[in-house]
Amino acid sequence: MALLEIKGLRKSFGGVKAVAGVDLQVTRGQIHGIIGPNGAGKSTLFNLISGYYRCDEGSIFFKDKEITRYRPQTLVKMGMGRSFQVTKIFPRLTVFENVQAAVLFSKGYGLNLFSDARRLVVDPAEEILSMVRLSGRAHELSGVLAAGDRKRLELGITLASNPDLLLLDEPTCGMSPLETNETIDLIRKISMEKALTVLFTEHKMDMVFGIAAYITVMNFGAVIAAGTPAEIKANDRVQKVYFGEGHVA
Amino acid sequence: MNTETMNPAREEKEHPKKKGVRWPVWSTLGLLLVLLPFILEKGVSSYYLFLTVKVLIWVLFATSFNLVLGYGGMMSLGHAAFFGIGAYTCALLLVKASCPPVLAMLAGPLAAAIAGMIAAFFSVRVQGAFYFATITIAFCQLAYTAAFKWRSLTFGDDGVQGIPVPAFISTEASYINLYFFALAVTVLCLYVVWRIVKSPYGLLLRALKEDPVRATFIGMKGQQYRFIAFVTSAFFAGIAGVLYAFLETSVAPDILSWTFSGEVVLMSVLGGMNLFLGPAVGAAIMILLSSFVTSYMKYWLFTMGTILILIVLFCPKGVGGLVLDKYRAWTKGE
Repeated sequence: MALLEIKGLRKSFGGVKAVAGVDLQVTRGQIHGIIGPNGAGKSTLFNLISGYYRCDEGSIFFKDKEITRYRPQTLVKMGMGRSFQVTKIFPRLTVFENVQAAVLFSKGYGLNLFSDARRLVVDPAEEILSMVRLSGRAHELSGVLAAGDRKRLELGITLASNPDLLLLDEPTCGMSPLETNETIDLIRKISMEKALTVLFTEHKMDMVFGIAAYITVMNFGAVIAAGTPAEIKANDRVQKVYFGEGHVA
Repeated sequence: MNTETMNPAREEKEHPKKKGVRWPVWSTLGLLLVLLPFILEKGVSSYYLFLTVKVLIWVLFATSFNLVLGYGGMMSLGHAAFFGIGAYTCALLLVKASCPPVLAMLAGPLAAAIAGMIAAFFSVRVQGAFYFATITIAFCQLAYTAAFKWRSLTFGDDGVQGIPVPAFISTEASYINLYFFALAVTVLCLYVVWRIVKSPYGLLLRALKEDPVRATFIGMKGQQYRFIAFVTSAFFAGIAGVLYAFLETSVAPDILSWTFSGEVVLMSVLGGMNLFLGPAVGAAIMILLSSFVTSYMKYWLFTMGTILILIVLFCPKGVGGLVLDKYRAWTKGE
C-alpha cells in the first residue's frame, strides 16, 4: 500500500526540465532510495513533494489525499518531515533547544507566551537526542557541531514532529565512512522502532545498497529504473549512467 | 547586570543555585533604585532625576524594540511611530478630550498596538530585511507627516503643549513620584517581555530568526510569529511613549521621525542586541553620554558616531556583551 504516490510530476526552471514527468510510489514502512548523478532532479523532486516548490504539472498523493498544492506547514501537520542536503538547523540555539523547539511546536505550545519553555517537553526532547546520539552535547551551541553531528541533529529536529514519512536529502553528505555507516544503522534503527517510511536521496552507492529496500534511479529529471537493490545492480541502463557506455556489469 | 543571554547553554539543574546567588544582587539593586531619587534630588540636582526617568523610558522603549530586532531578526526603522502614537494618543486625550488619566494612559499603548498591527500586516509578509526596513520607515514617515500636517488634530509642528500630568505623578514640585511610577511600569513591562522571550513562543521566535526555512519545516508559520512580536513590541513602545508625554509635558512631531527610530536601533547595537538587557544598557549609555557630552561640547553626534564605529569594529556584541564576556572570564578565573 502506497503512503506516497506521485503521478506525472514536472518542474522546469526556465528552459531546464529539472523534473520531467516522474511517477513514483513509496510503500508504507519501506526505506526507499532515490539515486542519480548530479543534476538528476532528486533534490527538486524532494522540494516538490515537501511543498517547498510548486510543480508545473502532475499530482502528489500522501495518505491517499492529494497534496499537490499544499504548503510545507500543512504537510508537516499531516506527518511529513524532511531534512536538507545543506543542513538546516538553528545554529545559535543549543542542541537541546533545537529539538525542544520542534517538540514544543508539534505539541501545540507554539503560541504559548507565558510558560517557561525551559521546563516544558524536556523528556521527549532528551529522548530524541538520545535516539540520534547527541545527548552528551545537548547544551552546546549547535552552530559549532561537526557536519556529521549537524546531520544527526537535523534528523532529530525532523523526528520531533512525529512524522510518518521521512524525506532525507543526502543524509550522509559530508560524513566520513565511519559516520556514514553509523548513520545507516541509525536510520534503519529509527525506521524500525518508529515504523517510519523513509524516502532518501544519496550519492554514495554503498549507503544506498546497504539500507534501501527499493531504489528509484533518476537521470535528467526522469526515472530511468526502479526496483530492488539486486535489480538495480543488474540494470544495464543504470550501469551506463553511472559508469559510462563501455561498462557492462 | 543580568547575565542571561539569548543563547543560554545551561542545564535545568543549575537554576536553583543561580537564583540563590542572584538574590543578594537583586536586593542591593532594588535598594539602590529606591534610594536613588532621594540621593539625586536632595543631594545632587533634580535635573539628574529627570535624566534618570528619561533613561527608564528609553530602557523600556529599547527593550521592547529588541523583541523585534534581537529576538525576531526584523530591522524595523519605524519604531518611533509606535512610541509617538502612544505619546500623542495619551496627550491628545488629556488635552483635547479631558479624558480621565487612567483611560488616556491605557489608550496610548492600545493605539500603538493597533498601529503596529497595520504596519505588521504589510511588513511581516515581505521577504528580505531591506524591504522590511523600507516599509517600516515609510510607515514611520506617514505617522510623522500626519502629526506635522494635521494641525487641527495634532497642533502641527507646535506639538501638544501643557499636557496635564495626573496628580499622583505630578512633576511640579518633584520628579520623585514620576520616577517611582516610571520605575514600576518599566520593571513590570521588562518582566513581561522577559517572560515572553523565555516562553515557548520566544524560543520559536529565535528559531525563526536563525533559519526561517527550517522553522517552516517544523510547521511554523513565520508571518504569524513575526506579527505577534511586532504588535507586542509596538504595545510596549506605546507605554514608553505615554511615560515620555508625562515627563516632558509636551510632545512634538520629531518623536515620530525616522531619526528617532534610528536612535533606538543604535542603542540596541551599542548595548548588544543579543542580550536581554543589552539595549537597556545601550539606552542608559546613550542618554547619559548625550547629556554629559553636550554640556562640554557641541559635537555630540560626532562623539556618538565615533563610539559606534569603535563598538561595531572591536566589540560587535555591544557593551553589554563585552562586560558579560569579561565577567564570565573573571568568574572562570581566566
